[in-house]
Amino acid sequence: MDLNFSEDQRSLRDEVRRLLNDQASSAAMREAAEKNGGFDASLWDMAAAELGFCATNVPEAFDGLGLGAMELALLLEECGRRLACIPAWSTIAVGTPLIVSLGSEGAKSRLLPEIAAGSYRIAVALPIDNPQVAVRAQQSADGYVLDGAVSLVADLPSATLVLVPARFEDGKLGLFAVAPDDGLKIGSVQTIDLTRPFGALKFEGVRVGADARLDDAGFSEEALAQALLPGRLGLAAEQIGAAQGCLDLTLEYISGRVQFGRTIASFQAIKHRCAAMVVDLAEARSLLYGAAANLNIGASEIEMEIDALGVLAADVLWKVAEESIQLHGGVGNTWEYDPHFYFRKAQATAFMMGSSDERLARIAAQVIDGAAA
Amino acid sequence: MSAVQSLEEFRRQVAAWMAEHLTGRFAELKHRGHAGDGDALPDLRREWEQELAAGRWTCPGWPQEYGCRGLSVAEQVVFQEEYARAGGPGRLGHIGEGLVGPTLIAFGTEEQKKRFLPGIREGREFWAQGYSEPDAGSDLGNIKTRARLDPETGDWIVTGQKVWTSLAHLSDWIFVLARCEEGSVGPKGLIFLLMPLKQPGIEIHPIRQIGGGAEFNSVFFDGARASADCVVGQPGDGWKIAMTLLSFERGISTLGQQLGFTQELATIVEIARENGAAQNPAIRARLARAWAGLRAMRYMAIRSLEGGTSAEEELERLGYKYHWSNWHRDLGKLGMDVMGFDGVIINDDHRREQLRQMFFFTRSDTVYGGTNEIQLNIIAERGLGMPKEPRGKA
Ligand SMILES: Cc1cc2nc3c(=O)[nH]c(=O)nc-3n(C[C@H](O)[C@H](O)[C@H](O)COP(=O)(O)OP(=O)(O)OC[C@H]3O[C@@H](n4cnc5c(N)ncnc54)[C@H](O)[C@@H]3O)c2cc1C
Repeated sequence: MDLNFSEDQRSLRDEVRRLLNDQASSAAMREAAEKNGGFDASLWDMAAAELGFCATNVPEAFDGLGLGAMELALLLEECGRRLACIPAWSTIAVGTPLIVSLGSEGAKSRLLPEIAAGSYRIAVALPIDNPQVAVRAQQSADGYVLDGAVSLVADLPSATLVLVPARFEDGKLGLFAVAPDDGLKIGSVQTIDLTRPFGALKFEGVRVGADARLDDAGFSEEALAQALLPGRLGLAAEQIGAAQGCLDLTLEYISGRVQFGRTIASFQAIKHRCAAMVVDLAEARSLLYGAAANLNIGASEIEMEIDALGVLAADVLWKVAEESIQLHGGVGNTWEYDPHFYFRKAQATAFMMGSSDERLARIAAQVIDGAAA
Repeated sequence: MSAVQSLEEFRRQVAAWMAEHLTGRFAELKHRGHAGDGDALPDLRREWEQELAAGRWTCPGWPQEYGCRGLSVAEQVVFQEEYARAGGPGRLGHIGEGLVGPTLIAFGTEEQKKRFLPGIREGREFWAQGYSEPDAGSDLGNIKTRARLDPETGDWIVTGQKVWTSLAHLSDWIFVLARCEEGSVGPKGLIFLLMPLKQPGIEIHPIRQIGGGAEFNSVFFDGARASADCVVGQPGDGWKIAMTLLSFERGISTLGQQLGFTQELATIVEIARENGAAQNPAIRARLARAWAGLRAMRYMAIRSLEGGTSAEEELERLGYKYHWSNWHRDLGKLGMDVMGFDGVIINDDHRREQLRQMFFFTRSDTVYGGTNEIQLNIIAERGLGMPKEPRGKA
């Protein structure tokens, strides 16, 4: 197993980091979060069109870069670090892998090259807190009819393409692509995380053409769960990146703030807490890269690893965000300083794609009752 | 054959050797002699070291010019894993193989290498580490043990006390950090000496530990001698050599250690299944969390062995000791909680006794080799560049 980055991986990360350091400044993030509903359109254009973010994990056969989970992780870590207000996670980590793993050859050659070129912002119509299929599909004379409601969809307000996993009467699943203006009812949902917009979707007898269906002949729950693994990994990467960004700004603050005639960074109580955060970050990040390498090769315990990763990533972001406010003192409690944006993200992401309690319960079932014991 | 295939072939070879040799009279050594049980069956474990040596499995990572296999990092990891998987006993030769050998290879004279490396490689001579003193623990630079040059013989004459010296009572030699320049303070004026433990000026007193056993000792020096050719480096270089030696401590053996952790977790799960603790949701969550931490630890170790040199990777490496020792200490408590009251009753059930010993010994994990607090200081100061702790006067 090789967990050191290649030259290419390093330069990809550095390039993304450079762009986001320049373009996703605190001021830009605040502008998007406070005035534009958590979406920074110009940053997206730059990331998608100029830097080719969206090509990362599109196979080469469809004009993508054909890179794996490690690169996906590096990219989303950087987005998390700067709280970049772009739908990178929904588009690249969740949407694209669904099409790559579940789509027919025809659908792939139709959609993937355009996705790679950055032409779509994708939202996936699965309830974000519990990604179970909530929409029903029925065949009609000239296509399909979709019914159902999905109460919480990440990045829906900025999406230009909505992917809808839906269930047929016989229990099989299908994947549909619809445009937001295709007769969907879209409601807005305001959450405490100002850097990621959410929306609610309602399908009331929405008619779509036969070509809206992306898969060949239906797929199982299990196949959908597999296709969502990069999304789970990507979410953890974003959380870990956010934790790093939050720790960085905290370290900067405490090394400038003076009390009792010395910087507060010189107090051992504070040094130790920062060092402990470093260890927690190293733990979560190592598991991120290990799981990414294993996702690439489809190793046997990958679901357990990704569940474990979800637990560690949510924990570390929470811990760092909470400590950040504390170590900033009074100013940490003001709107003006940035820690609260990370604190918001920590709580809002803690229940995305399921909760830590559910993840631990699944791991326990394997470790205690299953083969991994 | 690809690298992966040959590694798997090598794995089979180690496993086969262990299966063939850790049997018969050695069978009772399985899973014995590890931390908390470190003074178990010493005579048989000495013989086991020679058995390993005969199979050329001692010092397998040392270069071939010293008569060893010169295994790659990946092969050493495989060896450690298979050794642990087979239940290989705690290594009496660990300090010689892991610390003294690499230090002599880096700093020793040709004579010193000729004199000491074969004894370690052949499983004949065992070593103890003489750093800590009553007034010099975390503050290692404060050592007071004195080394004085005897102008007649050229020997160094040593007076003072070392403490917490693991396995000194089972060892033949000790390396000693002592003050050779009168009036020097801190890391200056120190000397690194190699000394036979069986000599008139040395007394070894075992110290009883919280778990009841006695793996460490006080070692008293009263005019004990180190001959002139037993100084490593120059007099005055002691600190540099002592620190380099410590850097060997975080090595390959960590992956073998993790296999031991995996076995301990499996034992706890097994008991939880038997006694019904596995029905308790809080226990289930803790077992799952332990699994997650162990998996992360594995990848931390792999990343650190791969030796990336960016600032971020260096920082991660500094966190490794703090991570594994605290994970293991938590496991010590989890094992007891899974057993419930049954765990506090002393009986001779082997698995339960093992978990009880682990409960006690894991308290030491966050003390030796740099305490938790010292690890956090190092991460903050060296890793994050935060201000250094002020030193007190005197
Ligand atoms: C099982 C075991 C085996 C050992 N084997 C050996 C051996 O073979 N050879 C050897 O030389 N030594 C050995 N040691 C000794 C070990 O290295 C020391 O115990 C350790 O370095 C701590 O030193 P101390 O015991 O003097 O504690 P102290 O340094 O007195 O520490 C006491 C407490 O104060 C804290 N503290 C100290 N300094 C600071 C600071 N600057 N900031 C914050 N907190 C601080 C410590 O973290 C600790 O919690 C062994 C120890 C154990 C437990």
